[in-house]
Amino acid sequence: MTTTTTEPVELNPYEEDPLLVVDALHTEIMTPRGALKAVDGVTFSLRQGETLGVVGESGSGKSVMGRTVMGLYRSGGNMNVSGQVLLEGEDIQSMTARELRRVWGSKVGMVFQDPMTALNPVKKIGTHLTETLKEHSKLDGKAARNRAEELLNLVGIPEPRRRLDQFPHEMSGGMRQRVVIAIALANNPRLLIADEPTTALDVTVQKQILDLLQRLQAELGMAVILISHNLGVVAGRADRVGVMYAGRFAELAPAKQLFADPRHHYTRALLAAIPKLEQPPHVRLDAIEGAPPNMVNPPHGCRFAPRCRAAQEDCTHVPPRLVPTDQSNLMGHKRHWYACYHPVSHDTPGGE
Amino acid sequence: MRKFLRTVLELLAVLLLVSFGTFMLVSLLPNDPAVIILGEGHPPEAYEAKRQELGLNDPLFSRYADWLGSALQGDLGKSIVPPYSVVSDRIAAALPVSVQLAVMGMVLAMLIAVPLAMWSAYNEGGRIDRVVSAGTFAVLSVPSFLAGLLLIMVFVNYLGWFPRAEWSRLSEGLGKNLFHAALPAVTISLMEAATFTRILRNDLITTLQEDYILAAKAKGMSPVHVLISDALRPSSFSLITVMGIALGRLIGSTVIVEYLFALPGMGSLVIGAADTGDYTMVQGTVLVIAVIYVLINALVDLSYGFLDPRTRRA
Repeated sequence: MTTTTTEPVELNPYEEDPLLVVDALHTEIMTPRGALKAVDGVTFSLRQGETLGVVGESGSGKSVMGRTVMGLYRSGGNMNVSGQVLLEGEDIQSMTARELRRVWGSKVGMVFQDPMTALNPVKKIGTHLTETLKEHSKLDGKAARNRAEELLNLVGIPEPRRRLDQFPHEMSGGMRQRVVIAIALANNPRLLIADEPTTALDVTVQKQILDLLQRLQAELGMAVILISHNLGVVAGRADRVGVMYAGRFAELAPAKQLFADPRHHYTRALLAAIPKLEQPPHVRLDAIEGAPPNMVNPPHGCRFAPRCRAAQEDCTHVPPRLVPTDQSNLMGHKRHWYACYHPVSHDTPGGE
Repeated sequence: MRKFLRTVLELLAVLLLVSFGTFMLVSLLPNDPAVIILGEGHPPEAYEAKRQELGLNDPLFSRYADWLGSALQGDLGKSIVPPYSVVSDRIAAALPVSVQLAVMGMVLAMLIAVPLAMWSAYNEGGRIDRVVSAGTFAVLSVPSFLAGLLLIMVFVNYLGWFPRAEWSRLSEGLGKNLFHAALPAVTISLMEAATFTRILRNDLITTLQEDYILAAKAKGMSPVHVLISDALRPSSFSLITVMGIALGRLIGSTVIVEYLFALPGMGSLVIGAADTGDYTMVQGTVLVIAVIYVLINALVDLSYGFLDPRTRRA
């Protein structure tokens, strides 16, 4: 990982004293048709209190990546994981099952996509919360119940004491997702992985839940990985955004730079596909042709090349690595990375 | 509360139908009770008088009404063959034996099946799962009379640990009673345990795919906690249903096991009565078995509400 002047500059996830380091992470799922490379070389780091938005189409590997980072997916059975995940310097993927259980729910919390299925239908809301509090924070029954009430209050659920004795089916989807968030936050985790936390909710509730996550992050100072297929969810809430395509980051940049100055053609195409209010009505959306590649046999070279309008002959041989833009931050760190041989630039006549 | 009342009314209707069906079936039996009582070679006047005395010449429906009327007052009549014992006394003697066997068999089966199913489901497709799967299949394919014979052969004849064909009532001491009930209960439990294991394993595997199981793991709960506290209850609906049916069945028809171990239970009683054409005895016994069956299944229905809070306000 040492960078010399002769070699090309590489993304070094260990600089800046991160909370989480993900280094060359690969997750393969064995299927009858062969090994499916769901995550195929993801490298990034996350500082304390930082929010990383991970955006990609369905099947781009973002959820698998989140679960591998957490250690829910690991080698064994039909899974094969390589690369490193270091949380506060501890290697998640080489932990024993017992060590992992100590990390889950205490150092890392997870918010799931569908609050309708993420809560056990036969358990009271209170039990969902108190069992994790008893397990990790070693609270006794009464203290755990008080803390559970406090947590429901924290996530903005009215009448928390009464809610503790209700069952999941007695609450609305938005309320349930608040409960799921409260569970994830119960033991003050350092890292929260939110996997499509608003996808199953209707639009007005989506905004409430995202605002809640943002507020809680500011209050509790945890790092967040916010996974979504929707750039709009991530916009304005993530410090940095990673655009995932076919198991890899196509582009990883501070949110503002990514939206203002996308370098990868996939990012640019995603941004162009967002409907805009100022567009005249009944104009075709600028959708991306084709579908993501089959990850059992991914294409050689750049995975996006078959769908890319700017693809050239050299794109189809060797996969491009992440390279930095010229800009650095005040500390001299390169923060904007993209994987493209012919990046979008302002003098390139693109399809804007 | 309204649901409870409705359940009770439904139960009463079912019981009425069951008792009527029982009465009809028994009256279809080809034996003529008057002939059984009088024996062959009786004068026709005596036969006619006997039929009159037993009320056999009355219309079927009024006989049913009479029988039901006294049955409701706890009077199931007297046996028509020597020693002319009171039906309810015989049932009172036989029922505890059958209930004890059925309950013991059921408890044993659960003790075997629940841990085995959890272990198996947690290691789905693994070696343990395959062994359990093959083992339960093997047990299921052994009929209970064969399993009982094998147990008798090993534990009674060969090892000599248990006496054969002995029964002692609970009043003669719990230890002695359990000792004598052990082998028959094991015989009963074997097949039930195999059935329960297979049913629970399959439901557990389905439940373990649920998001809330992953969520429970992601909270750092232990595998044992996840299995018992999160997965078991939502997976137990089929099991409870099958258990209810099995318990009812066991109380009424452990005939083979009772015969093998020469136990004075309900199965022996009803078979003996049918053999001798003792129709009052058959009617009484079948009615009691039916009532128990219906009650157990009503309890099973009520237990769904306990198992799944979503069905409580229906």
